Amino acid sequence: MFQIRCPYCGPRDEPEFKYGGQAHVAYPADPEQLSDEEWTRFLFVRDNSRGRYAERWNHAAGCRRWFNVIRDTGTHEMVGSYRSGERPEDAR
Amino acid sequence: MKRLAGRGRINQDRTISFTWDGRAMSAHPGDTVASVLLANGIRVLGSSVLMNRPRGVVTDTMSDPNAFGQIGTGESSEPLMRLTQVEVYEGLTAMSRIHKGVLPTGTDTGRFEKRHAHCDVLVAGAGPAGLAAALAAAEAGARVLLVDEHPHLGGSLLGEDVVIDDRPAHLWVAEVEQRLRDNPAVTILTRTTVFNVGDQGAIALMQRVSEHLPEAKRRGRALRRMWQVRTHELVVATGATERPLVFPNNDRPGVMLAAGVRGYLHRYGLVPERAVVFTTNDDAYRTVLDLINAGVDVTRVVDVRPDPQGWLPRRARELGVEVRGGSVVMDTTAAADGALAGVVVAPLGGGETELITCDVLAVSGGWDPLFDLHHYLGGTARWDEQLLAFVQDNVVAGQRVTGAAAGIFGTTACRRDGHLIGLVAAEATGFGSATSGPAAPEAADVTEQAPADFVRVAAVDGDESHSFVDHHRDVTMAGIERALNSGITNVEHLKRYTLVGTGTEQGRTAKVNAGRLAADHFDLDFHMIGVSNARPPSQPVTFGSFAGRALGARFDPVRTTAIHSWHVAHGAVFEDVGQWKRPWFFPQGTEDMDAAVLRECAAVREGVGMMDASTLGKIDLRGKDVGVFLDRLYTGTMGTLKVGRARYGVMCKADGMVFDDGVVLRVAEDNFVATTTTGGAAGVLDWMEDFLQTEWPDLDVWLTSVTEQWATVAVVGPQVRTVMSTLAPELDVTQDSFKFMQVEDAVVAGMPARVARISFSGELAFEINVPTTSGLAMWEAVFAAGEPYGITPYGTEAMHVLRAEKGYFIVGQETDGTVTPLDLGLDWMIADKEFVGRRSLRRTDMLREDRKQLVGILPVDPNDRLPEGAQLIETAEYEIPVAMIGHVTSSYESAAMGRTFGLALVRGGRSRIGETIYAPLLDRTVAVELVDPIIFDAEGTRRDG
Amino acid sequence: MLRGLAAMVSRAEPLAALEAKIAATTVDDTRLTTVPFLAQVGLRLDPDGPAAARLAAVLGSDLPGPNRAVAAGAHRVLWLGPDEWLVVAADGQEDSLVASLASAVGEDGGVIDLSSNRTGLELSGAFAREVLATCCTIDFHPRVFGPGQCVQTLIQKAGVLIDQRTDDTYLLLVRPSFAAYVAEWLLDGMLGLQADFSTR
Repeated sequence: MFQIRCPYCGPRDEPEFKYGGQAHVAYPADPEQLSDEEWTRFLFVRDNSRGRYAERWNHAAGCRRWFNVIRDTGTHEMVGSYRSGERPEDAR
Repeated sequence: MKRLAGRGRINQDRTISFTWDGRAMSAHPGDTVASVLLANGIRVLGSSVLMNRPRGVVTDTMSDPNAFGQIGTGESSEPLMRLTQVEVYEGLTAMSRIHKGVLPTGTDTGRFEKRHAHCDVLVAGAGPAGLAAALAAAEAGARVLLVDEHPHLGGSLLGEDVVIDDRPAHLWVAEVEQRLRDNPAVTILTRTTVFNVGDQGAIALMQRVSEHLPEAKRRGRALRRMWQVRTHELVVATGATERPLVFPNNDRPGVMLAAGVRGYLHRYGLVPERAVVFTTNDDAYRTVLDLINAGVDVTRVVDVRPDPQGWLPRRARELGVEVRGGSVVMDTTAAADGALAGVVVAPLGGGETELITCDVLAVSGGWDPLFDLHHYLGGTARWDEQLLAFVQDNVVAGQRVTGAAAGIFGTTACRRDGHLIGLVAAEATGFGSATSGPAAPEAADVTEQAPADFVRVAAVDGDESHSFVDHHRDVTMAGIERALNSGITNVEHLKRYTLVGTGTEQGRTAKVNAGRLAADHFDLDFHMIGVSNARPPSQPVTFGSFAGRALGARFDPVRTTAIHSWHVAHGAVFEDVGQWKRPWFFPQGTEDMDAAVLRECAAVREGVGMMDASTLGKIDLRGKDVGVFLDRLYTGTMGTLKVGRARYGVMCKADGMVFDDGVVLRVAEDNFVATTTTGGAAGVLDWMEDFLQTEWPDLDVWLTSVTEQWATVAVVGPQVRTVMSTLAPELDVTQDSFKFMQVEDAVVAGMPARVARISFSGELAFEINVPTTSGLAMWEAVFAAGEPYGITPYGTEAMHVLRAEKGYFIVGQETDGTVTPLDLGLDWMIADKEFVGRRSLRRTDMLREDRKQLVGILPVDPNDRLPEGAQLIETAEYEIPVAMIGHVTSSYESAAMGRTFGLALVRGGRSRIGETIYAPLLDRTVAVELVDPIIFDAEGTRRDG
Repeated sequence: MLRGLAAMVSRAEPLAALEAKIAATTVDDTRLTTVPFLAQVGLRLDPDGPAAARLAAVLGSDLPGPNRAVAAGAHRVLWLGPDEWLVVAADGQEDSLVASLASAVGEDGGVIDLSSNRTGLELSGAFAREVLATCCTIDFHPRVFGPGQCVQTLIQKAGVLIDQRTDDTYLLLVRPSFAAYVAEWLLDGMLGLQADFSTR
């Protein structure tokens, strides 16, 4: 069971959180301007890489904040977490 | 073996009895089942799993490949229990089932608990290294959890004749234990095994709490407790296990591991009559010396090394033991019961043989550090040519291996290393300093002569079919050779093909030898072959332990509304909706479900009904930008809603599929309340927060779940105004004053309430919201006010029928994540503005004309009710395979229409209204007419009463 | 006018059905007590915004930071999130609290009566921390957690807000529909500890 550091509440066990997929995939500013292919890429295509991966978690049973985590998908090392609006370099 | 008076760490003054295979056995407190069997002369425990060979106890630790049995009787009986671990108690029942057990089939009523714990440093193993590590870490200030699987601390020190600081080792153990127990930051768990190591310091332990006690003394306590620990640092001090040697007939009961033999002496006061020792190393001479000190005849030491000249062999010779270098045991002979009678000794490489009579052959092929826990998170091992053993290779973050587990042998060296590791672990968690901590013990252990690099004595006649590599799985040298000759070149494949090392004891005595023999076979360096990986759990864990106390009312939350007790008292039959219990229907007298639902539906359409709608999700939205926010989420427009009005809305995920729906109320200029489906409440709130926090943080909106703040009573039917007038005389409920989708704060039955004219049935309806604590009082007031008019409480089934008559879909029933608002015919709800998912609605796939669309269905036979989920096809006659063009999503009997009907998703359905298609069932094929989804009161005349 | 009527209304305790079992279960001095009908008011605002200072004057203390609770006058303020707090007071205080807090917050946040949204369970006594350890993953060891701290977490599968009141007293605030489930876990933990305690 993972332990995840909520940037607001501190480290907590995984069942307190909900997973939110890859981080930094913004909802397109003007979806109507996108082609079907561009829109489909936004909807369905995500990275699936080995190594450090920025992903979103929601502290559902805690402060209800969405935030970002950098996790190593190969080792499950939790490299760090950072708030929405902060940069991956801010992870700690 | 025989018991020596006054020896062992058992209480020989007291005798207790238990049964083995129905035979009464005499034991002493402190004995294990294995030690009692040896003491009672039971050398043969049972027969082996495949070859029916007699087998006996091999050693005194968890590594024993044979010492398994069935413990207990009836439903609490448990198979494959380790007899070297099971402590005897008065009345214990044990049965000989060494490699296969019997599973009880009933309910285990034993109590299995779970406990959460946290520490800075968890030390696994309380031998010399673990004790030193725990003490150093604790005295540096860290919170320490010390875990050991035995009843007492001390580890290997309990099975050895060792002196520490010029005192018997157990005095040192007692002193360390006292210092640890006096430290409030230390927790000691004995009879506890670390069985898994997870990510971020998640450690799982299994504690034997009361299962070692007679039933009368358990008194409601847990049998076992699973500990789920979060630690910063793990110190693996799990010791080492002795490796056997492979030679013909090496499995006879009486062939034991050398350290096990001296363990039985020191722990249980047990000694052989006449022993022979077969070794590749100096350590086995400790057994020789200890046995001689205990007065046992050690007839011969058979040492593979040509010239054993270490201090231990020299000491043995001084005591008169015949040490034969350059020799091997090349076979064994059996007594009538199959147990060991003697050994055949010969010079290594051939020569004259000699038969020596003995009841125990003590074997040592060297020592394997036990660091399974290091492997669980990807730790690797390397073959150490000096030690002739696998040791830890890489470092796993947050873990340190110490003592014999790290390939460090000798009590002083282990204490020294444990001490340093304890300081380092404490420092890593912010306590003390490893460099300035108290000094480690100084004295060095006496050096031993190098062991021989030796695994196997080849059979003289070439028949290796009784040279056992894995006693538990009956894997022989012949079996290994067969596998290797058939093309297997990888130890993991070898393991699965032969089952070598897959036993309940995790193949601790077999794995290294198997890998070694494979390397020899291919004439490769051992490190090229390696050993198979250790995997959790390190010991069997029962399902009952994983379930813990999550039984009955604790298995899953059963959510009930404030009105639940009334529903129960009035005979409601409940339906599970997510975790909620909702009244499904309220049968009267002998009514069945169909009759009850028809009656409830008729009451709502003709008189007045009431329903508990408290479970609907409710989200309070406050702030200046709520209107803007909702307009971006709902397909319709919400920002234009006037204060005191409500509007129905649908939301899509980004992929354009319907996600949730509900009515949105505007209760103040900057305050809306959005209702959601019962099951969708938490998901909708998380999803709204997601957009608010990550996409539009500039919006002034605050979201709060108020689902449980409010209880909701829906009062529905043509006579509802009469009831409302009685309940709220000051509230004007006439059509002109209280319009459809109007919201009013009012006093209802003397209670402040929020009343909304919302209908999910097509009938005139009011929803009365009060704080949850007043929910029951409001319900009772409504029921009392309605009683003169025959008010009828109705459940979710009647609600479903009523809404289906009106063609209202239910999220999760008509939708399944592949249905868009357009598929549902909600084109009129798609406002001309951007909202989440809108772009998806014009993806090519969404524009296909043959998408499944919502339609109503009327079976041609008005009495035939289709099962929900029935598939729909084009023709009455068909051959399998047949193309399915849709499926039934809802199907009911309508009281209002006096016939069956339903809703369905059908390819291109909207353009096919009026056509007849077919539902093929097992026993019949039903013709159904496709109709508009709104089957009843299409004009909507009933809504205003 | 409407709100004034609330006190006259007959109200139901969410845990009425479990009351006898709760009263009958103890471990030495450790017990569980229901605390229904607390006044609870939700507070939403930017702690760096203009409302924070106005609120501090009304509350009698600054808004507490992460995982902290402050007692001020007749109420207690619990941190729920970076822009969310819960003010807890005795039964009957909700209307006056909402009024005073709303006037302080003004248009710079939200104030909402949530008195029915959670019900209280008080766990007190020398074994309270061990009872929690049977069903909650939070570390309540005095080195890392103590009076003045609060935490939103799970009791098994149910969300809970735990406010440590004294060295051995915890107030658990739970959604009414989850209260029985939470109580059942705490009572079962007490049952196990009771068996351990009686054999000590």
